[in-house]
Amino acid sequence: MDGKISLSVNELKVHYGTPTGDIIAVNSISFDVNKGEALGLVGESGCGKSTAAYGILRLVQPPGKILGGTVSIDGTEVNDLSDEDFRKLRGTKLALIPQGAMNSLNPTMKVFGQIKDQIQTHEGKQNSNEIKDRILNLLSKVGLPKRTYNMYPHELSGGMKQRVCIAIGIALHPNLVIADESTSALDVVVQRVVAQTLSHIQKEMGVSMIMISHDMGLMAQMVDRIAVMYAGNIVEISPTNQLFKNPSHPYSKILIESIPSIKDKNPLKLVEGITHDPRRPPPGCIFQLRCPLVEPRCKETSPSMKKISNGREVSCHLVS
Amino acid sequence: MNTNNILEIDGATKVFNVSSGFFGEKKELVALDNFNLDIAAKPASITTIAGESGSGKTTIANLILGFMKLDSGNIRFEGKDIDTMSKEEVINYRRNVQAVFQDPFGVYNPFYRISHIFDLVIKHFKLTKSKSEAREMVEASLNAVGLRGEEVLEKYPHQLSGGQRQRMMMARAYLIRPKIIVADEPVSMVDASLRAAILEVMRKLRDEEGISFIYITHDLSTAYQVGDNIYILYQGNVVESGQTTEVIDNPQHPYVQLLIDSIPVPDPEEPWQEMIDIPEEEETRFSNSLGCRYFARCPKRLDYCQSQSPDYKQFSGKSNHWISCHLYGD
Repeated sequence: MDGKISLSVNELKVHYGTPTGDIIAVNSISFDVNKGEALGLVGESGCGKSTAAYGILRLVQPPGKILGGTVSIDGTEVNDLSDEDFRKLRGTKLALIPQGAMNSLNPTMKVFGQIKDQIQTHEGKQNSNEIKDRILNLLSKVGLPKRTYNMYPHELSGGMKQRVCIAIGIALHPNLVIADESTSALDVVVQRVVAQTLSHIQKEMGVSMIMISHDMGLMAQMVDRIAVMYAGNIVEISPTNQLFKNPSHPYSKILIESIPSIKDKNPLKLVEGITHDPRRPPPGCIFQLRCPLVEPRCKETSPSMKKISNGREVSCHLVS
Repeated sequence: MNTNNILEIDGATKVFNVSSGFFGEKKELVALDNFNLDIAAKPASITTIAGESGSGKTTIANLILGFMKLDSGNIRFEGKDIDTMSKEEVINYRRNVQAVFQDPFGVYNPFYRISHIFDLVIKHFKLTKSKSEAREMVEASLNAVGLRGEEVLEKYPHQLSGGQRQRMMMARAYLIRPKIIVADEPVSMVDASLRAAILEVMRKLRDEEGISFIYITHDLSTAYQVGDNIYILYQGNVVESGQTTEVIDNPQHPYVQLLIDSIPVPDPEEPWQEMIDIPEEEETRFSNSLGCRYFARCPKRLDYCQSQSPDYKQFSGKSNHWISCHLYGD
């Protein structure tokens, strides 16, 4: 494995147990994230994008269970690590900026305490002046004023809370940050501020990032490559500009065409049909029930992930 | 009073008392300040009310639906003030003004089948006594939103997708044949690929059934796709209004310009230009009750913006484009 890959996920499989059978949340997905690259993970709600992230971080809660797959960080497989050793990796190598960061902060603790917690859990007790400087430095990195240091979460607006979470995420200089829908509950203008802060930090610190979102417009602005997920499967991975210019998988096409534009008034693209029961996917292609171009062979064999030109990978019978 | 208007909102103002801490001083937060809106009886239209969170858009919905009382101003339906309506008139009003809410998951009682929501409406508004007639009415309104009765009526809410549930709420509202539907963020919790179906239902009900919509949203791009008129709110004040395409293609107010500029363009070759920053809400929310509310954040502010609040002015030459900003007019 060459030194360019920061995170490599291979055949990751996560199921949620229910009384009537397992829900296949993440079905053997594989992808790499290069050093300093931002990868977008998109798909509709329930397609398994957050579960995939939790699977990578080994944070899947019961009834969810990781059934297989390997995760390598900087070329080292981490599957054999004990839970305690893996815990040490979280924050230092892999960091998560959770969804709905508004609610992930401790309401009874001032901002500095929450950042200090993260640092001291991993690095042990430290000189209080040094740590104060470090926290102030982090706050300025995410564009927050110094006085935020002594404030409680309820005194901050949604966008500011979100930026505190980013500060906690990057406090230990991780190699890879996973941002789970980190801007989706915010207003457009605030969303732009937070998104720009994230991109800026990512470039400045040279970290790799996985951005999870359902907002294709935001993805176009922020990431280098996009992995499109549908019902637990990755159906296409493409560099961002090529995906937008020429989406290969029918589902990617639908996702891009359903973005409402403020430039021209097109008739909106309607997508009919519902997804299959996630416990019992139909044989053949995962997208067959909603695909506008479905053919008989799609109902028999499931297409494999094929490499096409320019570093793109697609799983569709119609693309060769 | 204009008899062509079905709904008229005149100088609507709503003030909330907010206290900071248990013994903290009481502050007045103006959620909605002197809001005016007319909906013509014909032709049916989709009026968008847009703005960020806390701008007062849901307050407008709550006032129209009668969940809150106005502090000043009035709302008239077919010429009658909704505050002084008799019992029968209120029932008539509710029949004509229906609502669709944001959360398609929270509005259903999970213990009942889908058919329950339609049965309740038919019973409450005494639409019909005959069972078969009721079934036909339900079927017709489900067809209007692109669903079939046998597919959905006997199911439980959790068996349907968010988009289907939201279309079901549209069908429920449509069953009563209202004149106006107040739709409060109907698509914000629905997946992007399913949003189009709901917007399409709104467009169809407007064009084919003559139902007007008050479409409350923070998403200008969906408003651009379906809306006729738009009102953009900032902290309870209308900053710009007019024909949707005219306002979005040619925004004049600095806030609206920033808002439109911040919508992520789904094209990697058109990145955002400069980095921006905004002061916290508390700084701007209670300050300068006299001057322009956007003063603290405005990149183009002038000295007197802080002391004088701007008038609501017609944008030069354009018949239906209004702006509340000192930079224009005079």
